[in-house]
Amino acid sequence: MNELQFLTWVRGPGLDIALGIFLLGVLWRLMEIYSLGRKKDLAAPRHAPGASGWHTILRRSLPPPGMVKRSPVSYIGGYIFHVGLAIIVFLFVPHIKLIEGLTGLSWPGLPSQVIDAVTVVTLAAMVVVLVDRINKPVKRYLSTFQDWFTWALTFLPVLTGYLAVKHLFLPYTTMLALHILSAELLLVFIPFTKLFHVFTVFGSRWYNGAINGHKGVPV
Amino acid sequence: MNKHGNLLENLAWQGISRRSFLKYCATLASLMALPPTAGRAMAEALARAPRPSVIWLPFQECTGCTESITRSHSPSIEGLIFDSISLDYQETLMAAAGHQAEEVLHKVVAENEGKFVLIIDGSVATGLDGAYSCIAGRSNLDLLREVGPKAAAIVAVGSCAAFGGIPKAKPNPTGAVAVSDIIRDKPVVNIPGCPPIPVVMTGVLAHFITFGSLPELDRLGRPRAFFGETIHDRCYRRPFYDQGKFAKTFDDDGARKGWCLFELGCKGPVTYNACAHVKWNDGTSFPIESGHGCIGCSEPDFWDAGGFYKALSMPADPLKFVAGAAVAGAAVGVAVSIANRARKGAAKAAHETATLADLEK
Ligand code: SF4
Ligand code: SF4
Repeated sequence: MNELQFLTWVRGPGLDIALGIFLLGVLWRLMEIYSLGRKKDLAAPRHAPGASGWHTILRRSLPPPGMVKRSPVSYIGGYIFHVGLAIIVFLFVPHIKLIEGLTGLSWPGLPSQVIDAVTVVTLAAMVVVLVDRINKPVKRYLSTFQDWFTWALTFLPVLTGYLAVKHLFLPYTTMLALHILSAELLLVFIPFTKLFHVFTVFGSRWYNGAINGHKGVPV
Repeated sequence: MNKHGNLLENLAWQGISRRSFLKYCATLASLMALPPTAGRAMAEALARAPRPSVIWLPFQECTGCTESITRSHSPSIEGLIFDSISLDYQETLMAAAGHQAEEVLHKVVAENEGKFVLIIDGSVATGLDGAYSCIAGRSNLDLLREVGPKAAAIVAVGSCAAFGGIPKAKPNPTGAVAVSDIIRDKPVVNIPGCPPIPVVMTGVLAHFITFGSLPELDRLGRPRAFFGETIHDRCYRRPFYDQGKFAKTFDDDGARKGWCLFELGCKGPVTYNACAHVKWNDGTSFPIESGHGCIGCSEPDFWDAGGFYKALSMPADPLKFVAGAAVAGAAVGVAVSIANRARKGAAKAAHETATLADLEK
């Protein structure tokens, strides 16, 4: 298989398989989670200011008071790489083209120099967050294989994408194919690892907020 | 084919001065990233050239490569260099035909064994023992196996000879393969392109005549000097690509303003060739300047790479599994939900209420 065949494979059958597994897993898990249901809470609802699902979604998306100071790397690094990933994934023109090709939806993107800069910052933030995880004994102790694995799964597409655009290390064609392949691996693992939080994060925040809100407790 | 006098005399006879010939050699040398002195060496070697015998065998081809070399530049120095080498066998250009031509071929091969340059255009059909493409009743495959090992150097001209080309496109009915798939024990210079750029060919020949060796080749056997960069690397529309300005159709405002053709399927980013700086038709322009994206004609398997008008970032093939997988995912979801509910129901049914007495036990 030469590099163009490799690229054509990841753009064709590879994409097909990855998206298939991704959709299968996502639908399966979402249906499973949402069909679990909860018993009706028969207690009379209590009302307290700031106690509701929506409040919690907002509150948990912001750092709790004092936490940025106590754990700056996790918070600042975490924000930077999450926002960075969203910008790269959804505002880089070739990515928009792909989404358009798959769904018909499209929107304007950002100039590639801006994406370049965001990518560098994102990569740096991810490395810092990783180093922090390795250096802090508690964090290291709490980390399982999945934490390291999902970090790598997320990091690789960003790195290979950057190297491809910048024509570093390998011919562009090979690097682009590796980039697409790594993104496909990410897609395959999203439904079956903690990366599934891309789908559940706001739902679970809402749920926690709502269930505690019923008891009159803002969380 | 003019076979009298040396190259310089020949050129002079055709109205090309020594000066412009020197200039041409200097350009050629710089195009091939050779040191400045190489231009002069090349000029001297070419002028004195004993004119190596060149045999050009056409296999499964469309003659487009020959057209490209002989027509597009005519009357250029490139064309004249071609006239001035001893092109002993070229079916399209030679006057002889039939048995006469065959005789020439075998005579030249026998007399110049180990010394002639073998140029091949077209892919090699291997299906039915090569019967899909024959010359004088002999399959190309057979001929290549006989003549190939006797050549001093083999040059595969055009994407068909270099990589199999259009004949190799799925489902490849003739079992077409590249020359390098048959000749494995000696280097084959690949000059891909559909057609290839003429100066790349003369460059390789000039290098061989001057230095007696082949130029530096890349992993795919292509002269590095011409195939070291992508079209995208040298494309004048690149600033628009970087700014995210893309033509959406061939006649929209963006197209008129000369914006990047990526979204219209341009394969420039994955195509290694010299079009963007060497250009075509005597340096006039190259396809992207005419408003059409690069189709990647110098890359192996460009013919099966998912469509010329599909952006590189788009799926190459229609997705087949996805819909089925979504249905399967939903089905699994429903099944698991039902199983979970059943488990919940069973747990509920098995639940025994603890009494005060139980707790005191
Ligand atoms: S037109 Fe093609 S080669 Fe030129 S910048 Fe755009 S994508 Fe690259
Ligand atoms: S621009 Fe691309 S498709 Fe056109 S001749 Fe050059 S390499 Fe081939």
